[in-house]
Amino acid sequence: MIPLSWYLMFAAILFCVGMYGVLVRKNAIAILMGIELMLNSVNINLIAFWRYRSSDGIAGQAFAIIVFAVAAAEVAVGLALIISIYRRRSSVVADDMNMLKW
Amino acid sequence: MTAEQLIFLIVAAVTLVAGISVVTSRNLIHSALWLILTLFGVAIFYVLLDAGFFAVIQVIVYIGAIAILFIFAAMLTRRVMQDTGPQTNPNWWFGGLIALLLFAGIAFVLINWQGFSSLAPELANPSGRINQLGLALVSLDQYVLPFELASVLLVAGMIGAIFVAGEKKQ
Amino acid sequence: MSIETIVWLLPLPPLLAFFLIVLFTNRSKALSHSIAIGAAFLSWLGSMVVFFRAIRTEHLGSNPFTSVLNWLPTGDSWFQIGIRIDPLSAGTLFFVAWTVLMIFIYSVGYHNFGQPQGDHDKPGLQPHGATIADEHGHTHVVPSIEPMYSRFFAFIGLFAFGMYTLVVSDNLVTLFVGWEIMGLCSYLLIGFWYQKPSARAAMIKAFLTTRVGDVFMLLGIAYLYSAIGSLSYSEIFKPETLQKLVSTPAIGGILGLSAAGMIGILLFIGTVGKSAQWPLHVWLPDAMEGPTPVSAMIHAATMVSAGVYMVIRMFPLLQAGSEGGHLTPAMSLMTVIGAFTAIFAATIAIAQNDIKRVLAYSTISQLGYMVAALGIGAYVAAAFHLITHAFFKALLFLGSGSVIHGVEHGVLHTGEHVDPQDMFNMGGLWKKMPVTFWTFLIGGFALSGFPLVTAGFWSKDEILADAFGNGHWVIFITLALAALLTAFYTMRQITLTFLGEPRTESAQHAQETSWTMTLPLVILAIFAVSIGWAGISESFPVIGGLLPNFVHEFIGGTLTKAPEILPFNIWPLIVSIAVALGGLTLGWLVYRNQKAGAEDPLKIALGPVHTMLKRKYYFDEIYNKIFVRPAYWLADNFTNQILDRGIIDSVLHFIVRVASNVGHIFRNYFDKPVVNGFGDFVGEGIKKIGRGLKFIQTGKVQQYLLMALVLAVGAMFYFVFTFVQH
Repeated sequence: MIPLSWYLMFAAILFCVGMYGVLVRKNAIAILMGIELMLNSVNINLIAFWRYRSSDGIAGQAFAIIVFAVAAAEVAVGLALIISIYRRRSSVVADDMNMLKW
Repeated sequence: MTAEQLIFLIVAAVTLVAGISVVTSRNLIHSALWLILTLFGVAIFYVLLDAGFFAVIQVIVYIGAIAILFIFAAMLTRRVMQDTGPQTNPNWWFGGLIALLLFAGIAFVLINWQGFSSLAPELANPSGRINQLGLALVSLDQYVLPFELASVLLVAGMIGAIFVAGEKKQ
Repeated sequence: MSIETIVWLLPLPPLLAFFLIVLFTNRSKALSHSIAIGAAFLSWLGSMVVFFRAIRTEHLGSNPFTSVLNWLPTGDSWFQIGIRIDPLSAGTLFFVAWTVLMIFIYSVGYHNFGQPQGDHDKPGLQPHGATIADEHGHTHVVPSIEPMYSRFFAFIGLFAFGMYTLVVSDNLVTLFVGWEIMGLCSYLLIGFWYQKPSARAAMIKAFLTTRVGDVFMLLGIAYLYSAIGSLSYSEIFKPETLQKLVSTPAIGGILGLSAAGMIGILLFIGTVGKSAQWPLHVWLPDAMEGPTPVSAMIHAATMVSAGVYMVIRMFPLLQAGSEGGHLTPAMSLMTVIGAFTAIFAATIAIAQNDIKRVLAYSTISQLGYMVAALGIGAYVAAAFHLITHAFFKALLFLGSGSVIHGVEHGVLHTGEHVDPQDMFNMGGLWKKMPVTFWTFLIGGFALSGFPLVTAGFWSKDEILADAFGNGHWVIFITLALAALLTAFYTMRQITLTFLGEPRTESAQHAQETSWTMTLPLVILAIFAVSIGWAGISESFPVIGGLLPNFVHEFIGGTLTKAPEILPFNIWPLIVSIAVALGGLTLGWLVYRNQKAGAEDPLKIALGPVHTMLKRKYYFDEIYNKIFVRPAYWLADNFTNQILDRGIIDSVLHFIVRVASNVGHIFRNYFDKPVVNGFGDFVGEGIKKIGRGLKFIQTGKVQQYLLMALVLAVGAMFYFVFTFVQH
């Protein structure tokens, strides 16, 4: 009874909110949170398409599992990096990490 | 409007508000908490989509591990969090514009896709799905390779994270 | 190989020798002289073959050995050059070949081949002796080898080429070519010791004076060509051609001359220059600055003879238009100038002290004889005297060179500073240098015309006989007086040089020269005696008919109408013998007791006249004032200052300034701003763009992501609007 479109639009909105967060937030950790939102919206998209289009197959679910794993690994490494940077430069503001500039 | 649709709308609204609060909240811990709420909402969506396993995985992995990790990181870098002052870049308007445009584009593509408003078909094998998923992830002619690679990735990420964030011996 | 081929090849060996020596063997003295003498020998051999074939050919005059080839295309026909051996050129070839070969051999010894290098000898100066030490440590100075040895042989090789070319040619063009080559070699060889200022002056004087003659001769050749369209002898001497030239008046109708007369006079002026007749005689005495072989070859035997050869060759043209013994204007001019020159030069010769100067004036005088003989129409006599004179004059010059060498040996030995060429420093050399003495005596007697046994007698006697027989009294008396003076100064020369006692230490220590110098003297002496016997007139008393008058028959055959043989007349014979013996006796008597340091008896006798004779009638000074100084003044003031520096240099400077300014403009207004500027602009522009664009790389991750998204969103919109169907 819920059309596919609702899920897809929701996922799109969530994705764009996450994108906004990535582009706009100063704090590095907040940027990572935005990335989490984007990954979640992707997962929703995957599962919705699996349910509505090929629910007898298993590809959608497998892909979603992989996304989970990747998201987890990426957050772990990202935060570790932020900690390390924080230790050196005593700052977590993304704009302050601009040493690779001209 | 059926009950399902109503539940969907409520959960969707809550999740979106939480999501927006994640990216606009001034305090980082508040952002993390709002993130947990968002993840809960997504878990409920998984349930609505007959993917209960994923809902559980979502709660355990995302909320239980990742969100907690975020809170840890926020705590560890608390001293310089700068909760006062603007939390956004000087170019925030441009980012917002891009996000809007992106959404507009996606929406446009979706609307013009002919399968956009299709309804859910009947579920094929309701009970054996987790078994099917497990078998798919380990059988040689299906998805064992991405699965194994994902494991390797996790191990590498783990080791990497430990190394990067570890204390350097003096 | 046919006889014509041999004739074509005759001039070649000396030319090859010249090139080989100049290009390759300049360093090796022995190789150079070997090549040169080898070449002269080859040409001599070829000449003898040709000559002996020629004298055995019947009527060589009417069918000579000829060969032509097409040389220059002129319109629709060819200008041809070729070779021609008729009796005149065969006779000339004979004496040229012999004298050239003898002089080449002589030069080896003259330039002291085999002697050590000199102490301070430099190329361009005469060698001054080398100090050598013998086993006891005594040093003495000996003659040293000429530093420019090979160069000499190269030049005389080139000269020999010129002379051979002139003799064998059948047209006036190649004759002129040979003529000019010899003039060039004369210039080069007179100034052989070019560091000597007097030699430099002499070489220029020789060249320019003969040039005056050559210009007129060239005018004559050009006139001849324009009148009849050909320059080969066979064309010129055809009766109809001569008739045509006689009947057309000369351009401008000067003096009522015909074309033939004008051409003849112009060609004769060439001889006046080349054979040193008055007024162009001034170069020959100065030409004695060159080495003695040069004087012998060029200024006695061959080059000056070439002038006379040319007029003898052109005799039909000169004689054209005369009827029955009457002299044409050209012939009259020749007679006057020839006779005048003969006596003029003889008077100067008696007052000269330098052994070579005497011989130089003697040459001028004898050439005057030949010219005068031709002028009165004595064709055979002139040719005969040409041949005999070549032999005995070459002999005399080579002998004088031998004498000078002997005295120089004494100079080097004793260290005295005397002029080895001054006869008043010699004396008594007959004991010290016997071969030179006897050969010189033979030559001197031949020059004086000693009766019967010398060649000069026969040829001179024939000239006097012809003058007498044709009634030219003034010429006869003039020539007889000149013969008297000739005998006088010849005996003066012999007495002062060889007889009596040595007047200086150097003469005391003189010694005979090497065989390379005395052998040619002996050979030439043999000719000087015997060649006269080939021309004994048939009607001569007693011995007249013993030998045929070979010369008259052979050489006379060159002309279309053989010259008549005059009946024998005793008077010219008596006069000839009288002047010869009288002059010789007088010369001996006056000088036999000449003491060292004593005054010349002639000076005492003649007083101021002697000074004028010694100073050569001041002709050099006159010419200097009238011609040379103004020429220098004109050259310096007009040509140098005004033309060269003023006009030509200023044009050149102007062009340079214009070019420089244009270059400047190009550099500053085009090269630097446009070309350099463009290059710099591109470089600087890229740098500026880089400097401007670098700010994109802020290092801020979110901005990078933003930029990526802008592009991605743009691409998405593009694809959406292109591919998505509404």
